[in-house]
Amino acid sequence: MNKFKPVGTIKNFATQQTVRLSNETFAKKKEAANFLTHIADAFLFITRIIKETFSGNFEFREFMRQCFQIGYKSLPLISVTGAIVGLVLTIQSRPVLVDFGAVNLLPSMVSLSLIKEMGPVITALICAGKIASGMGAELGSMKVTEQIDAMEVSSINPVKFLLVTRVLAATIMIPLLTLYADALGIFGSWIGANIKGNVSFTLFFAQAFGPVEFIDLMPAVIKTFFFGAVIGLVGCYKGYNAGSGTQSVGQAANSAVVMASLLVFIVDMIAVQITDIITS
Amino acid sequence: MSENETIELPVEIITGTDQPVLEITDLYKSFGSQEILKNISLKLYKGENLVVLGKSGSGKSVLIKCIVGLLKPDGGTINVLDKNVTTLNIKELNELRQKIGFLFQSGALYDSMTVKQNIEFPLRRIKKGLTEKQIEDKVHEVLENVDLVDSLYKMPGELSGGMRKRISLARTIAVDPLIMLYDEPTTGLDPVTSDEISSLILDVQKKYKTSSVIITHDMKCAEKTANRMMMIKEGLVYKEGSADEFMNSTDPYIKSFSM
Repeated sequence: MNKFKPVGTIKNFATQQTVRLSNETFAKKKEAANFLTHIADAFLFITRIIKETFSGNFEFREFMRQCFQIGYKSLPLISVTGAIVGLVLTIQSRPVLVDFGAVNLLPSMVSLSLIKEMGPVITALICAGKIASGMGAELGSMKVTEQIDAMEVSSINPVKFLLVTRVLAATIMIPLLTLYADALGIFGSWIGANIKGNVSFTLFFAQAFGPVEFIDLMPAVIKTFFFGAVIGLVGCYKGYNAGSGTQSVGQAANSAVVMASLLVFIVDMIAVQITDIITS
Repeated sequence: MSENETIELPVEIITGTDQPVLEITDLYKSFGSQEILKNISLKLYKGENLVVLGKSGSGKSVLIKCIVGLLKPDGGTINVLDKNVTTLNIKELNELRQKIGFLFQSGALYDSMTVKQNIEFPLRRIKKGLTEKQIEDKVHEVLENVDLVDSLYKMPGELSGGMRKRISLARTIAVDPLIMLYDEPTTGLDPVTSDEISSLILDVQKKYKTSSVIITHDMKCAEKTANRMMMIKEGLVYKEGSADEFMNSTDPYIKSFSM
């Protein structure tokens, strides 16, 4: 007959719980260490890109190729989305403005919305999807197929050739794409205004740009440089640090889009706060 | 073999008389708790082909990646052309890398570039004083050596596995390396193409007077290209000797590679 040993049972239970808690603590500690390692890695990565950007022997041909890939090849997508955003914004805002008898404010409302917020953010999000994922996948696949190693053993600096050119191209092309998207958005808005009304192209544009001042345009343009830099940096970081194996290429592309989109919103929030402080 | 066929042999090297171009002493490398290389030592003499044999996962590729500074060893020294790779800064390492050619297992051709651009890419950056004409001549010369002049404007995606390896070899020899490192040069290729690649390795040795470390588990390639052989087993040097000693060995582990 087994004797019931309460002390022994409690002792065993306590030992099990201690082991479980200790394992959980260890796992949490490891998670925290991994997170901090990622932050440190990202910081070192950005530092290295900045350092390599100003260290001479700039890869101008590759930079131009990347500008073409990021800028020119994104034009169709940006054209369609820009025009649709302007059109939809106009169609949805018009009834409300008609109710308040303020339909003549429609062009300026749409242009300010597009220039200050919707144009930059929507262009950045589209580019996060198209460019950051493309960079993540391309660099990840180059890593998996040892192309980056091949550059290193040929004494070619892959950071300078692959990363600096991509980050700079994204930083410069995304503001230009944003301005283009803004213009197409206002054009789309004019089409939207003419679906139920009748307004001339000249009058619409005069009303659209009438209230737009330098202080409206500049913060919006400046923040798009940061959007571009963030998209380029995230795409390159995720691709360059992809693991081995084809699965990691997909993961790099996917996490590049998610991280870049999230950071676009965070940068936007910070930019709006700073603009508010400066202008108030 | 018919009487008319000529047998290609590696250039005969008398080892021990020259200073080694590559000397590894007590190389140790681990990934986490997994020990990959445990005190590996080897010497590569000028003009010789040293074949390093071993089964998959024995640490052969890790060994040559340590030589070229792609991986940092945990212990030991690697002297390449009288410079200790483990203590060099990135600038010095890059200068040394210009004298080392590395043929990757996958070929590692740049996907976004044509064959011509692939070969020109390191050439323009390493041999900076060359004129456009000299670059063009060099590209043609190395492509002729690998018998693929017709592929000048092809993209890597249009090439077969054997062609990719040959173009990769052309790209590597274009910068006139003193030491060649071949990582599994015949893996994934049919026997005929493997034999062609082995012949090319010999051609490179003869024409460019290179010293080579050839990592493989293909005994036919080893037999054809080796001046000397070395076998790695579980991160340690299992046997070192001449090609004949390996071919005539009665050791069951060594014999298993010939099957």
